[in-house]
Formats: sequence, structure tokens, C-alpha cells
Amino acid sequence: MAKVIVVTSGKGGVGKTTSTAALGAALAQRGEKTVVVDFDVGLRNLDLVMGAERRVVYDLINVVQGDAKLSQALIRDKRLETLHLLPASQTRDKDNLTAEGVEKVIDELRKTFDWIICDSPAGIERGATLAMRHADTAVVVTNPEVSSVRDSDRIIGLLDAKTKKAENGERMEKHLLLTRYDPTRAERGDMLKVDDVLEILSIPLLGIIPESMDVLRASNLGSPVTLADAACAPALAYRDAARRLAGEQVPMTIPGERRGFMNKLFGRRAA
Amino acid sequence: MSLFSFLNRRSSAPMARERLQVLLAHERAQVGHSDLVGLLREEILAVIARHVQLDQDKVNVTMQRGENVSTLEVDIEIPVTASVRAA
Repeated sequence: MAKVIVVTSGKGGVGKTTSTAALGAALAQRGEKTVVVDFDVGLRNLDLVMGAERRVVYDLINVVQGDAKLSQALIRDKRLETLHLLPASQTRDKDNLTAEGVEKVIDELRKTFDWIICDSPAGIERGATLAMRHADTAVVVTNPEVSSVRDSDRIIGLLDAKTKKAENGERMEKHLLLTRYDPTRAERGDMLKVDDVLEILSIPLLGIIPESMDVLRASNLGSPVTLADAACAPALAYRDAARRLAGEQVPMTIPGERRGFMNKLFGRRAA
Repeated sequence: MSLFSFLNRRSSAPMARERLQVLLAHERAQVGHSDLVGLLREEILAVIARHVQLDQDKVNVTMQRGENVSTLEVDIEIPVTASVRAA
């Protein structure tokens, strides 16, 4: 059965689009039909991160307004045939998105795809509430930093109030994806630790993505980080997170966490 | 100097954690019903303005949000010559 996921955060720049692309590619790599949907009308970027910016013909608004069929707007990924992108409009206004129109598109996507991953715009306005409205599960992307944690708390409140699930009295499943985490700085006491953020937001942890150069490199290349370099630390972390989303039990680790040079040196000596 | 300040530097993460816990406890309580402290502030000022001409520059409202109690301090300067409106 199809599962609709919203990737949201409240605050901008914490890694929603990166995470949407990386999780989408990781799920598609499992052989499950996946579509990533950009809800950021007017400021679309998922096409760029996915490397499909030159292939956009029709977009979400065209489909909502009936100017194009869904199959015309969907872009199939060149690397993975199970991965698709539904881009947002760059020129139109977000007021063109209607609740009914979005519902129709999501219902149609549910018929063909196993995973529908909605990349929410930042903020708490129309675009963000429409992106979360029809979701079964939410991935709350948070940086270990005060303003991001505060905004995530606000978004969690909205997920429990303004979604279809919440209105039907059902429980909205929410997961925390902690991005840009630096274990060394957290250990030194200069960054909120995983447990601090978990205690404050009190939603289950989906994954910890380490701060890494590989993320920027992947977006430079126009490739989800899970496809750009499957062996790098953030790719491993996203792949584990995708497996947890699919219901697998995967032990929680901070991939790429290396012992310091001195530790390594002494550790080796002691051994 | 840099060496000593480095040694004396206290870690900042516990501070971030504590500030967030206090702030979010308040913000979560506000969801659903309006901001109580804000409401009190406006009503107190309205009552006083009914009797005394208020100079907005001479009104000082400060608020401290604590973990268990919050305090609202309303400091209003009332000049001796203030025209007392009909009580």
C-alpha cells in the first residue's frame, strides 16, 4: 500500500530538499516505486538537487489545474527507473495550489507508487500545510541548533492539528531526522546532543545525518547523496533512515564517526 | 589571552538545552488558548488608561519567563498633574 511522507521542518535551510532526494533515492534503490514531490511553489529546488532541472516541462500546478496529465509532468530519474520527480512550478504563485487539487494528485499518485515523498517549503503557511495535509507519516528535519529545534516543535504542533489524519482523530506518525550533526562538537559541549533534541521534541528518531562535505558535493553534481557516493557517511545514514521508514529494525549509529587521531593512535597501541 | 579564554570557556550546549526547555514549555501552553500574559498586559493598560492619561513612552512592561512562574512587571509613570478622569 502506498505511503505518503512529508519532509518538513518549519525552518529553512536545515536539509529538507537534500533529505527528500536522499531518502527517495534510497527507497527507490530497494526496488520500490518512489516519487518525490516538490511543494515549494515559486522556489523549487528539488529538480536541481535531483539533477533534472533541464527536463522539467510540466509541473504540479499544471496538473492541479488540469493543464497537463500527471504522467506528462512526472520525470523519471535517469539513474534509477523506480525513482520519479514531480516538480513544483517556478513561475506560478502558491495560491494556485488548492486543497482539493492537491488531494486529487496525491490520490492518483497513490495508485501507482509505493512511496510518495512530499518536500515541504519552509514556514508554516499554505504551502507547508498543504504539503503535510495528506501525509501518513512526517519526517521532521532538525539541526542541533536552538532556532531549528524551536521551529520543529511548532511544526510538530501543526502536524497534530492541521493534517487530515489529525482531523479524523488518528495519530500522525512523526519521526525526527537530525541533520548536520557533528559528534565531535556535541561531545565537546558546543552542540546539542542527540539525546537533548530527542528529550525536547519527544518524537522517535529516524536517523542521524553527520555534517559532511559529501552533501554539498552531491548537490553540486545534481545527485541525491545516496546515489552520488553510496559509501560516504551521509549516504549510509540516509540509507539506514530509509530502511527504518520501511519498517526494518536498524541499530542507530552515527555513520562516519571516526575516532580522533590521538585516540586512534593510542587505541592501536593498546590493542 | 586566547589560551586562557579557551580553558575558561564553558560549554554552550547545556545553556541551549535549558533555554529551549523553558521557551517551549511556554509556547506549547499557548497553543489553543491565547497568550495569557499578553492578555493581562493589554487589559491592565486599558483599565489604567480609562482613568489616567497614559504617555506611551512612560509605560514600561517587562516580562520574565521562568520554568514554574512568569512575572509581568508593568511600570507606569503617572505625573502629579495628570488629569484624573471621572472615576
